[in-house]
Amino acid sequence: MAGSEHAAPAAPDAVKILIAGGFGVGKTTMVGSVSEIAPLRTEEPLTVAGLGVDDLAGIEEKRSTTVALDFGRITIGRDLVLYLFGTPGQQRFWFMWNDLAVGALGAVVLLDVRRPESSFAAIDFFERRNIPFVVGVNGFHGRHPYPPEEIRQALALPERVAVVLCDARERASARDVLIALVDRLIADADGRADEGGRIR
Amino acid sequence: MSEGDAGGRLVRPFTLTGGRTRPSRADFALITTVTAVDPPPARAPRPQPEHLRILKLCAEPMAVAELAARLDLPVSVVVILLCDLLEAGRITARAPHPVTRSAPDLDLLQKVREGLGRL
Repeated sequence: MAGSEHAAPAAPDAVKILIAGGFGVGKTTMVGSVSEIAPLRTEEPLTVAGLGVDDLAGIEEKRSTTVALDFGRITIGRDLVLYLFGTPGQQRFWFMWNDLAVGALGAVVLLDVRRPESSFAAIDFFERRNIPFVVGVNGFHGRHPYPPEEIRQALALPERVAVVLCDARERASARDVLIALVDRLIADADGRADEGGRIR
Repeated sequence: MSEGDAGGRLVRPFTLTGGRTRPSRADFALITTVTAVDPPPARAPRPQPEHLRILKLCAEPMAVAELAARLDLPVSVVVILLCDLLEAGRITARAPHPVTRSAPDLDLLQKVREGLGRL
């Protein structure tokens, strides 16, 4: 750090990964178990106009509501910070995902095998937008009744989408899900480089 | 953008922003990193209390989302305040790392991979 003594601290480069999935599937738990800070929460006020044509059931009696966003941070190095954002679980807040998805490296879709359908919307969302994702199967009390291959087939997921059994409460387990995602991203990047090489 | 109404503002989210509900600049994402300029520029206008709270928090670089959480204000409100500070030359803003699917940054991905491996 040579230079002027008044130099402002250099801002690190920032990237983000989304943690998605149905309501109550363990998104905030996962953010909390790998984050170096206690998960933080921001609340955004929503107007009914902001909800567009989406489902207003349950909020029509309120003049305004808020949508909460939980997030955490992992310092990768002096010059790089990774942020993890839990997407809002209620489906009527899907439009928030669009904003969140911009600039994301990729996503983890957490799945509870007792009610997998609660995470279908998240899988659809990332598939349709071509955003790379992995599926983290969060075992209830850490139990995993189904092997990953069976879950992949049940969800009709292509081979390139990793299905990882995990326990969102465990730091090492949550970390391994993130690593599976980044490995996928690296494999994609390598594949692209190879294709480029062949074309040229 | 010169409003001469420095006096008597109520401390409620959108009165802090002088009634504006949209940022004048679109350059603040959730993970844009904000850093206070130290020392402040010579002719900077006197900041309001909420501006001062932000400047204190981002003496060290801090992401917009984290500022909002620590200030307990909605991101949309914080962004408007940040626009004021940026215009006044009191902060610098670093945009998030650009992510393009067509040309992924392999170096960056490997750094992230190694960082996660150290957790």
